[in-house]
Amino acid sequence: MSEEKKELEVEKQELTTTEDSERTRDCQCFVPRSDIYEADDDIYVVVDVPGADNESIDITLEKNVLTINAYVDPGDIEGYSLAFAEYQIGDYQRSFRLSNEIDREKIEATVKDGVLRLVLPKAQEAKTRKIAVKVGA
Amino acid sequence: MYRRYRVPSLWRDFDRLQREMGQLLSAASESDYYTPRRVRQASGYPAMNAWENQEGMIVTAELPGINTDGIDISVVGDTLTLSGNRESDDLKEGARYHRRERGFGSFSRSIQLPFHVKVEDVEATFNNGILQINLPRAEEDKPKKIAVKSV
Repeated sequence: MSEEKKELEVEKQELTTTEDSERTRDCQCFVPRSDIYEADDDIYVVVDVPGADNESIDITLEKNVLTINAYVDPGDIEGYSLAFAEYQIGDYQRSFRLSNEIDREKIEATVKDGVLRLVLPKAQEAKTRKIAVKVGA
Repeated sequence: MYRRYRVPSLWRDFDRLQREMGQLLSAASESDYYTPRRVRQASGYPAMNAWENQEGMIVTAELPGINTDGIDISVVGDTLTLSGNRESDDLKEGARYHRRERGFGSFSRSIQLPFHVKVEDVEATFNNGILQINLPRAEEDKPKKIAVKSV
């Protein structure tokens, strides 16, 4: 909600599994930093997934839960050995529960320079379901 | 003075505790130093990973959402400086944030490399938000092999 500017942050947040299920892939997984904003007709979701491309991102919308999975190659460089590491490389996973009804057919997702952008158009009926509140007499 | 003599064991215990904690801490930091796989704290944005071999070093950094025009790389001697700017999204009129976690703004960071760089051969690529800078070692700074003669 806040409009204040956010500064660039260095650390990635590691995913902690709260359910009893575990990930099948044996590598680290991070919670990607995300922005969500809402305009009159659409909801925009912007997610930082450096290292992932359009082939390696999975997006599912089940009921109202939007899940983003991005699989990232560990990226070892042949012929070189790691001298030091300040960041770790791993997959990204995050789910959001959406409050508005979404027009599933018209969801658009693009990825560029490691940033995933989703445009979720609000369903027509959801748009018209706004109820005007009158001032009580 | 009198009190100190009355409770010497307590002070000695504290001294011992302090010494042991100190040893524990220094052992931990030393082991960090010798296991490069462990993540060390980045001193600024962006975090960098460095790979090396005899020929030089490759430095990578995650810079999602920054276009190549927004990245400035400079190498002077053995110092690599990476600076740039990440711009925020322009919101449409009437749009409002539900959640805002992605930071933006300008950044600049310098790291010292263990050798002098052949500046004219530095190459950088930017792919899926990951910057990779190839820093070849200057010829005169390469390790010299010394042949062992038998007498």
